[in-house]
Amino acid sequence: MDLTFNAAEEAFRAEARAWLATHVPTDPLPSLDTAEGFEAHRAWERTMFEDRWSVVSWPAEYGGRDVGIFDWLVFEEEYYRARAPKRVSQNGIFLLAPTMLEYGTEAQKARYLPPMASGDEIWCQGWSEPDAGSDLAGIRSRAARDTAHDGHWVLNGQKTWASRGAFADWCFGIFRTDPEAERHRGLTYFLVAMDSPGVTVRPIPQIDGETGFAEIFFDNVEVPEDQVLGEVGAGWSVAMATAGSERGLSLRSPARYTEAADRLVQLYATRGGPAASTDAVAQAHMDAEAYKLHTYWTASRVARGHAVGAEASCNKIFWSETDVAIHTAALDLLGPEAELLEAGAPGEWLDGYLFSLAGPIYAGTNEIQRNVVAERLLGLPRG
Amino acid sequence: MDFAFSDEQEALRESVRTVLDTECTPEALRAFELADEAGRAEQSGNRWAVLAELGAPALIVPEAADGLGLTDVDLVGVLEEAGRACLPEPLLQTAALAAPTLAALLPDTAATSALAALVRDDVSFAVGGIDVTAAGIVSPTEVSADGTLRTPRVVGARDADLLLLAVRDADSGWQLHAVPAASCTTYATPALSASRDLSTVHWPLASDTLLAYGVAAEAAAALLADRAAAGTAALLIGLAERMLSMSAAYAKERHQFGKPIGSFQAVKHLLADARVALEFARPATYRAAWSLATAQPTLSHDASMAKAMASDAADLAARVALQVHGAIGYTWECDLHFFLKQTWALSRAWGDAATHRRLVLAQARTG
Repeated sequence: MDLTFNAAEEAFRAEARAWLATHVPTDPLPSLDTAEGFEAHRAWERTMFEDRWSVVSWPAEYGGRDVGIFDWLVFEEEYYRARAPKRVSQNGIFLLAPTMLEYGTEAQKARYLPPMASGDEIWCQGWSEPDAGSDLAGIRSRAARDTAHDGHWVLNGQKTWASRGAFADWCFGIFRTDPEAERHRGLTYFLVAMDSPGVTVRPIPQIDGETGFAEIFFDNVEVPEDQVLGEVGAGWSVAMATAGSERGLSLRSPARYTEAADRLVQLYATRGGPAASTDAVAQAHMDAEAYKLHTYWTASRVARGHAVGAEASCNKIFWSETDVAIHTAALDLLGPEAELLEAGAPGEWLDGYLFSLAGPIYAGTNEIQRNVVAERLLGLPRG
Repeated sequence: MDFAFSDEQEALRESVRTVLDTECTPEALRAFELADEAGRAEQSGNRWAVLAELGAPALIVPEAADGLGLTDVDLVGVLEEAGRACLPEPLLQTAALAAPTLAALLPDTAATSALAALVRDDVSFAVGGIDVTAAGIVSPTEVSADGTLRTPRVVGARDADLLLLAVRDADSGWQLHAVPAASCTTYATPALSASRDLSTVHWPLASDTLLAYGVAAEAAAALLADRAAAGTAALLIGLAERMLSMSAAYAKERHQFGKPIGSFQAVKHLLADARVALEFARPATYRAAWSLATAQPTLSHDASMAKAMASDAADLAARVALQVHGAIGYTWECDLHFFLKQTWALSRAWGDAATHRRLVLAQARTG
C-alpha cells in the first residue's frame, strides 16, 4: 500500500499545473448555458486540445496522451485547483467516449473522437423521454430500417432533459428498433447529427432561467447505419456501459468536491459560523476526502487488473449528496447573503448549490441507485 | 499510488477470519456473557492462545524486539476481523496500542520488560487513563488523598496481565506507566455490554513502572489516542459489515405480505444508506492505518477522520439492523444484540464522531 504519487505522476502534475497557470482565463467565461458562453467554452476546449490537455487519458491517435487512471486523477486535481472553466464537452468526452472506445468500430473512433476532443463537435445525451426517466427501458422513441433508402434508419420520437442540448452539435441516444422484443432488448444506440433534417430542438429554461437543457424532437430523421454504436438490438448493454461511466469513475472526479470543500473550509475560517455549521463543514470536508480515497481505492484495484465491482453503484449516491452538503453548508455560512447573485463568493456558491440539487436526480435518481445497491451489493430480491 | 492490500495482507486477514469463525461464534459470545469470572478467564485464555499462535498480538512489534515486524497496514484487516467477530479479548489494546507504544519507548527498562512479556509470554494488556476531547487528550485518572491513583472505565482490566495507564498531574504533567495486574485493585463497573468488562482501577504510583513522563509521555499518550481512534475505526468497520450482512440475510428470509421484506423499497433504502456509509468509511480507515505505519504528518487528522466516519457508519448500521430485524432483534435470544452493544460502546470510545469532526476541522484549517 502506498498513498503517494510517484515521481512520474508528480512530474505530470507539475506540467499540468504550469500549463493551466498560463492558459486558464483570468476572468470567468460567460455561462455555458448561453449561446455566447457555449462558444467561449468551446474555444477553451480547442485551446486545451491544441496542447493535448483536453482528453489526457485517451489514446494519442485521437488527441490524448495515453496516460493511466492516476495521471487522469492528478490532472483533474490540478484542473479544479486552477478553477478552470466547466467542461462543455463532458457528455462526449466522459460518457460517450469510454463507450465508443469499447464498442465503436475503428472507423467510428477515427471519425468522432478527434472532433470531440477538440470541441469542434459537442455532444448531448438523448436518453430520457417524457414517459421514461428512471424507468429508462420504457423509452418509446423508435428507429426503423428505411425502406426507401438502403443502409439507413429512420428515427421518430422525443427526447428530453438533454443537458447542453440547446447548442450541441451531436446527440447520442437509444431508440427502440424492435417493438416486439422484451423491453430491455430491441433497443439500439444511435449517433445523430443535430442538424439532420427532421430534428427540432426546444430549449427548456431551468430553475435559474438559463437554458441548460432541451427537448429534442425526431420527425422522420434519416440516419446512416454506420451511426449505430454497437450491435443493433444491443442498445441496453451499450447504454449501461455509458451509465457505468456516469455513475462510476469517469464523470465526477473527486477533485471537484475536494476543491469545493477546501473553499468551504476557507469560508468557515474567514466568516465563522454557529456550532451546527462547524459539524456540517467538517463533515463536508471529510466526505469529499472520503470520496477521493474511495476513488484511489477503486482505481488501485483497476490498476491491479480487477474489474470495477458493484461497489461503484454507491458512488453516485455519495458524490451527489456530498455536493449538496458542501453547498448547503456554504449557504448556511453566508446566511442572509446566500440569495445574492453577485459575482464572487455568494453568487458562485448559489450557482453551485442549484447545480448540486440536480445531482441526486440525473444519471439515474438516487432512489434507483439505492435499489441497485440493495440488490447488487446486499443481494436483496427485486420488488 | 497503490491503495490496496498485498496478497500476504489479504491472506493474514483471511486466516484470522477463519479462526474467529470457529473460536468466536455468537454461541461462544453467549457462553462468555453467561459464564462466571473463572469461566470467562478460561474462555478468554483459550481464545487468546489461538490468536497468539497466529502472532496477532505481536504483529507490529519490531523484529529487533522479537516481534513480527509488520505494520499498521497489516494489522488493520486483523482488527476489522476482530470487530466482525465481536471479539471480547483486548487485541486492540495489546497489539495496536501497547505494543507500538512500548516499542517506541525502547530501550527504557520498564518498556523493555513489558514488551518482552507481550512477545514471549503472550500477556494481554488493558489501557486506561486517556480520554479524547475536542480540545485534545485529557486524563480521567484521579489522585486520591492517600496517593493511590484511580482510573475509571478501563476495559478488560480484570483479565489483563499488564495495564498501560496514564495520569496527568497539574504540576508535573503526563506520566505513562506499565503496571502489573498484581499491583492493581479493580472494581468492576456494570456496563451495558457484559463482554466489555469495565472497571475502575486503583494503582500505586511507582518509579519502577514509569515508562515516560512530561512532554515525552504526553506525546506518547497523544499518539496512543490516535492509534486508538484508528484501531477502533477498524473494529467498527467490521461490526458494521457484520450487522449489515445479518440484516440482509434476515430481510431475504423474513416474509410479510407474502414477500421477503427485503423486496420492499422502504427496507432496501434503509440498508442501502447504511451500506453506502460503510463503503466510504472503509478507505478512510485504511488510509489512517497507512498514515500511522508511515508516520505521516497528517496522521492525527487521518485517524480522527477514520473514527468519525466509522462511528457514524457503524451507528447507522446498528440502527438499521435493529429496525430491519424488528421485534426479534430486540431480544436477548437473537444474536444481534452482541454487535449492537459493542457498536454503541465503541462508537463513543476514544472520542465520538462529533468530537473527531472537530479535531478534523481544526487540523483541516491549519493544514
